Amino acid sequence: MRRVVVTGLGLLTPLGWGVEHNWKGILEGRSGIGPITNFDTEGYGCTIAGEIPSVDGRGGGAPGQPGVFDHEKVMSPKDRKRVDDFIVYAIAAADEALADAGWKPETEEQRERTGVMVGSGIGGLGPIADTAIILKEQGPRRVSPFFIPSALINLTSGQISIRHGLKGPNHSVVTACATGAHAIGDAARMIMLDDADVMVAGGAESSIVPIGIAGFLACKALCTAYNDAPEKASRPWDKDHSGFVMGEGAGIVVLEEYEHARARGATIYAEVVGYGMSGDAYHITAPAEDGEGGYRAMQMAVKRAGIDVSDIDYVNAHGTSTMADWIEAGAIEKLMGDHAPNVALSSTKSMTGHLLGAAGAIEAIFCILAIRDQIAPPTINLDNPERETALNLVRDKGQPMEIDVAMSNSFGFGGTNASVIFRKVG
Amino acid sequence: MSDTLERVRKIVIDHLDADPEKVVEKASFIDDLGADSLDNVELVMAFEEEFDIEIPDDAAEHIQTVGDAVKFIDEKLAG
Repeated sequence: MRRVVVTGLGLLTPLGWGVEHNWKGILEGRSGIGPITNFDTEGYGCTIAGEIPSVDGRGGGAPGQPGVFDHEKVMSPKDRKRVDDFIVYAIAAADEALADAGWKPETEEQRERTGVMVGSGIGGLGPIADTAIILKEQGPRRVSPFFIPSALINLTSGQISIRHGLKGPNHSVVTACATGAHAIGDAARMIMLDDADVMVAGGAESSIVPIGIAGFLACKALCTAYNDAPEKASRPWDKDHSGFVMGEGAGIVVLEEYEHARARGATIYAEVVGYGMSGDAYHITAPAEDGEGGYRAMQMAVKRAGIDVSDIDYVNAHGTSTMADWIEAGAIEKLMGDHAPNVALSSTKSMTGHLLGAAGAIEAIFCILAIRDQIAPPTINLDNPERETALNLVRDKGQPMEIDVAMSNSFGFGGTNASVIFRKVG
Repeated sequence: MSDTLERVRKIVIDHLDADPEKVVEKASFIDDLGADSLDNVELVMAFEEEFDIEIPDDAAEHIQTVGDAVKFIDEKLAG
């Protein structure tokens, strides 16, 4: 089977725009959570989220602020009306990842051998809700011709391909909060199977809109106890957790066949060595109580990687700051056995919030950077772990350590689980 | 310059983010102003709203330039 490596990274999260800016914040234990500025939250049980700090003031951003996002640097106002925010975010992160990889296909063959696999958990919730109101109040003739292409999830991959002339496989994942992980795992397989030499892969999300917050509140999934202390709200494994905090943004990687990357002298961050998937067959929103679905996804990823569990140094958990956190930790403990004390575990969602379909991709990037810099990112707000564990819970600040192998877990509504394993190359 | 032309020009400039100097009566939305078929649909919707008229689909297909729009709207408003 052809080997697949990561040669480019792109990040846009509640911590800001750009991989290095994000990574610095993560290692310092900085929270990206704040009051929702995108709409009036009067009457909503949750009034906080991880919004992207933008030059227009959204998410507490201001011009000149480090890492602040500027839509106009990505798209003209004319083009923006054709896309919901999740697509803008995907494009911004893909631009960064491709530039980072130094990959700019020029020949027809290079274009045809470069594909895109970027997904989203929910897609254009905002335009769907807004257009439903227009339809009801003004009738069908007032529905914008840009409504459908702005809301469709696979327009992430479509827009990226158009922008960069990428004519290879064009695909998109929709597996709720496992989307980003599935996108990277599946895209890697396309390269392994020789469908492409390079794949732009990841996830994007922009669900901090009234219907998104109201919908997840109704599921009893969102944090409601920390509206007055947003930076404390996302606290995986802590006894005072209160539900997940929604985030928005995108994470995109450039995956590349190993010899292809070597031949052009690309910087290789890590190799995608393992990928495991499973279904819980249990409940639409809750994980199986013993975490056996997540366990099997991790077990399959380890098997595919051809490694022993004792090779794993760091695990970036799904860890959403809900009752599911300890179910996942229990499954990791079971998988690791006697090796558990040597495994560093953290949830970067404590800082970014939960980016739903983008989460798996941004967390894969944090795993890759952990390997690059030999430092495990922390969990913040883990003041009082709800249970004891043999696992090494990295808290508050990055922990320097030897990291050759890192695993990222992502689990989604519907009982879908994905684990991806990255290994240092060379 | 007629009032209709000015109002049409403003809509076209706003929606297509077009250079005002290029938005003349002869300018074709697609060939000269960078529009695509979806932009054309949106422009027609904007004309309907601005002038409080209905532009049937078969008529909309023939509105390809700024001048076409002005002519159709003026005729429609004249009843």
